[in-house]
Amino acid sequence: MNIWQIISQIFPYAIILTMPLLITALGGLFSERSGVVNIGLEGLMVVGFFASAIVVKGLENIFPTAAIPIGLLAGVVAGALFSLLHAFASINLNANQIISGTAINMMAGALTVYLARTITGSGNIAIRIGVIRHTIPVLSKIPIIGPLFFTQTYWTTWIILLIVLVSWFLLYKTSFGLRLRACGEHPSSAASSGVNVYKMRYIGVMISGAFAGLGGSLILVTYSGEFNGTVAGLGFLSLAALIFGQWKPLGVLGATFFFGFAMTIANVSQVVPELAVIPPLILKVFPYVVTLLALVLFSKSSQAPKAVGQPYYPGQG
Amino acid sequence: MKQKNNALVIAVSAVVLGLLAGAILMALIGSNPFEGYTYLFKGGLMSVERIGNSIATAITLILTGLSVAFAFKTGLFNIGAAGQMLIGGLCATMVALTVTAPRPILLLLILLAGFAGGAVWGAIPGYLKARFNVHEVVATIMMNWIAYWIVYYVVPAYFKGAYLETESRLIPVEASLKTSWLDSLFNGSYINIGIFVAILAVIIIQIILKKTTLGFELKAVGYNRDAAEYAGIKVNRNVILSMVIAGSLAGLAGATFYTGYASNIQIGVMPNQGFDGIAVALLGATEPWGVFVSALFFGLLHSGKGFMNAMTSIPPEISDTIIATIIYFTATSVLIGRVWSFLAKKRKRKEQEKVIDQTPTDASLEEDK
Amino acid sequence: MEYVVEMLNIRKEFPGVVANDNVTLQVKPQEIHALLGENGAGKSTLMSILFGLYHADKGSVKVKGKEVNITDPNIANELGIGMVHQHFQLVHNFTVTENIIMGNEGGFVLNVKSASRKIQELSERYKLSIDPNAKIEDISVGMQQRVEILKMLYRDADVLIFDEPTAVLTPQEIHELMGIMKNLVKEGKSIILITHKLKEIKEIAERCTVIRRGKYIGTVDVANTTQQEMASMMVGREVSFKVDKDPGKPEELVLDIKNLTVLNSRKFEALKNFSINVRRGEIVGLAGVEGNGQTELVEAVTGLRDIVSGEITIHGEDITHLSRRKRNELGIAHIPEDRQKHGLVLEFTVGENLILKSYYQEPLSKHGFLNQDKIKEHTERVVEVFDVRSGQGIYSPASGLSGGNQQKAIVGREIDMDPDLLIAVQPTRGLDVGAIEYIHKRLVEQRDNGKAVLLVSLELDEIFNLSDRIVVINSGEMIDVVKTEDTNEDEVGLMMAGIKRGEGR
Repeated sequence: MNIWQIISQIFPYAIILTMPLLITALGGLFSERSGVVNIGLEGLMVVGFFASAIVVKGLENIFPTAAIPIGLLAGVVAGALFSLLHAFASINLNANQIISGTAINMMAGALTVYLARTITGSGNIAIRIGVIRHTIPVLSKIPIIGPLFFTQTYWTTWIILLIVLVSWFLLYKTSFGLRLRACGEHPSSAASSGVNVYKMRYIGVMISGAFAGLGGSLILVTYSGEFNGTVAGLGFLSLAALIFGQWKPLGVLGATFFFGFAMTIANVSQVVPELAVIPPLILKVFPYVVTLLALVLFSKSSQAPKAVGQPYYPGQG
Repeated sequence: MKQKNNALVIAVSAVVLGLLAGAILMALIGSNPFEGYTYLFKGGLMSVERIGNSIATAITLILTGLSVAFAFKTGLFNIGAAGQMLIGGLCATMVALTVTAPRPILLLLILLAGFAGGAVWGAIPGYLKARFNVHEVVATIMMNWIAYWIVYYVVPAYFKGAYLETESRLIPVEASLKTSWLDSLFNGSYINIGIFVAILAVIIIQIILKKTTLGFELKAVGYNRDAAEYAGIKVNRNVILSMVIAGSLAGLAGATFYTGYASNIQIGVMPNQGFDGIAVALLGATEPWGVFVSALFFGLLHSGKGFMNAMTSIPPEISDTIIATIIYFTATSVLIGRVWSFLAKKRKRKEQEKVIDQTPTDASLEEDK
Repeated sequence: MEYVVEMLNIRKEFPGVVANDNVTLQVKPQEIHALLGENGAGKSTLMSILFGLYHADKGSVKVKGKEVNITDPNIANELGIGMVHQHFQLVHNFTVTENIIMGNEGGFVLNVKSASRKIQELSERYKLSIDPNAKIEDISVGMQQRVEILKMLYRDADVLIFDEPTAVLTPQEIHELMGIMKNLVKEGKSIILITHKLKEIKEIAERCTVIRRGKYIGTVDVANTTQQEMASMMVGREVSFKVDKDPGKPEELVLDIKNLTVLNSRKFEALKNFSINVRRGEIVGLAGVEGNGQTELVEAVTGLRDIVSGEITIHGEDITHLSRRKRNELGIAHIPEDRQKHGLVLEFTVGENLILKSYYQEPLSKHGFLNQDKIKEHTERVVEVFDVRSGQGIYSPASGLSGGNQQKAIVGREIDMDPDLLIAVQPTRGLDVGAIEYIHKRLVEQRDNGKAVLLVSLELDEIFNLSDRIVVINSGEMIDVVKTEDTNEDEVGLMMAGIKRGEGR
């Protein structure tokens, strides 16, 4: 098999892994751009994972076609609601945002399995069918991009990409985006311009909860099929992707694709003879090592929002 | 003194609120909270063996809690205790499986290996932070997963277990930290001499922080890096040193767990104790003796959850949920502080009103402007 | 309408302190009204209430005769009130236009082009030259201030509050600003000028309201009041502006810097071939506008920054390769510019802060273990000698001390080291007059005891008051060095702008 065949074979799998990462990292972007560090993305994904699992399982026999979209919606709502805990602690109480985020992760992991056990005993919730893949009629015939992008795709992928585009526009071309970014760079400046910093930060955190919840739900309906209490570190990886992408939507897009590919290569390496020569350990730790390197490289010119992680006290300035 | 009382009030309030949240959750699924808690605590304390198990669980938590608390005291977030535990545990297991020596020396080597493995694993993010200002939260999380995969591949490759591919060989009895006299004392529980290691660690860390120039420097760097630098303290060296010490403590935790509590190391498991260490440290107000007490409490919760589950069908994850809720409330301790001071003010105002009612007014007390 | 803005009987309390106690301020239309008070007197609090950032506990605010309730800056803006802050409230990586329109964008989708045009028109009308598309982090301090002013004008502000606007400007830029303010008044605006600089009040204000420790003292006609009178209203007693000192008797060289070149954090040359020296028994004042290389100079001497080329010697010994700790031991003491960032560890107690540089030396510690008894002895003595007041003596957390006492603690620690060279950077920033007098006295005392003192300050008054010689720095270059008695503030002001003595005005 040549390189091209390998790529086109693993491309759809890479996309599946990338999409939850992408949407979650995008959520993290909104939160951090507004000034709040949210390392609870992992837990918020689990919450979305769980919520969509129960909803889909409950509806799949009654409303088969509507079950998945409603399930995704449930994940969004659950994530947004759960993130309020972090928002309240970080914004109103000026709690240490790292600790609050860690608490969210732990609570989500424990609480969801606790509730899941009462439903299924084992703590795992399985759904019957996930998102059905389609090949888009005309576009899939285009040479090169056709087989890669438009064959056997998930409709959820296109929604996520749309959200990325809308986010870019929102962040840079609207007054909402201007104000949000100001809250993350210099909140007292925003405040004296009449922006309600508290409100903006709440919105930022809730978007991160909604998007991370969506990310968790995506895992359920695209490649997992079963809730099992954890997202195996994807939430943290999306944080790394956020830093790698330097807090820009397009940067995050690139970074998460990179991670998605790296993880897919690691997963299929045993099956593809050309790749099997690389020791599996190297492939598995590759994304993490690269992240560390990227952090070092970006350390001097980091584009992190200047005031991210710092509690905001009105009147300072 | 006032600060110590404050910390105690916050810790106790957080625990109470956490237990309350747990009670609500139990009720939510139709179980009786009183029953649930009775079995939970009985499960940890009912017999000598069970007490031994609670203590044994606490050993690892004391050490990871110390690791996080020490790093915290010196201004760093060590989210990497899990990875440090894995590497320390791996090194300890490797020594246990390959070295032959008289038992006291073997045990010492095992502990040293755990110490060293964790130290190295902490030094890396420490160096990245000191030299490149890479935030230790993301760095240690990455290190966790790298450690996870290292164990995942190294163990089956070199130390494969006799029965299962997913775990290592059992370590020989002479290499285990379990001892016969502790076993007979506690009726055969998981307890091991790690408890003495843990207590010793608490004492040493306490001394370092309170009485040594090293502790003074580390705290200065942790609280205010700029001022420490201004004062002539070598900041980079201290950041690295701090992470090395934190890492070595977590590495010791790994040694006591994988060659003490357990007798082998399993792959594909990220040790929860690493993250519980954060809870332990926060509840213990990042003070060594606070960590000791809160680790015992958490050890109790973890030990008893199996029994509770067996007797009441309440899922064992309730313990983790309670612990997570407790951390949430310690993070939001400001709220608890505000509630207490609000209540205190209300009480004071009532007393003042009583006094005002009883004092005759003096019109001549006009202030001279 | 008599007054354009009235704040009547305002009271504002924070936990533990009454910031404004029954304060009244009345501003006439098209007047420049000064609000005078020491640091911490309550001026900023009062204006924050007017601007909607705080809410008064008691009292009322009237705008153009009507009583209003200003709950947030948006309402203040709608009423025509705008504020130019002391610490600019600008987002560093946004452009000028983005900063000005923030909060007032005129729609959901941004229209940067039309906004830029409007801003350009405004800047021409009020003669405030700016570049709408430049990023804040790339423009000068003077231009940043003009952006703050334009921000207010963009929102049709009628009442402009200037909070300590001249702190970061050169004397020439201050002149320009005065012109801008007079122009604004001509165009129909009213100005409230918050300041503690009496000279500027005399130059430009019509009336002046004085606040002291949160209380309203009075309102005076500036033309009929002397600086002396205003000062005593501000402080509550007779104030002498001059420090009593004998002429200095400088002896041998202590600090000698020759041709020093240092890069700043952005890799530009902050110091270019700079030379300066200080002798035993003299105070040398380094005068210059903030950001012209003073910080880098001090960092180079104290070891916080590496040098590119040049020589730094103490008593003839080259110190450029010595660690910070070695330089401390050699007898260099440093009162830093930012006491909370560099000078103190706020979470430590007063005692711990006092041993921050010496904890590792005997008898305070031995073999790595601290000797708490000796530490207690030593630190209690310093606290006593230097009059550091705190709730629990050496056990008080440093964060609980007032600014003046924090500074006294730092001064105490540094002077107690018995240094040969004492570097004092902005030693009285943000302090009240009592603390300022105390620290000035101590500095002169050190000089009389045969120490070498290098004073770096942004306040020309302080430089002239204390120094025997003045060195002026601009853009990293040594412009000139003069004896204090041979020059005056105007001359030095020109030098600070880069113009050497004798060159054309």
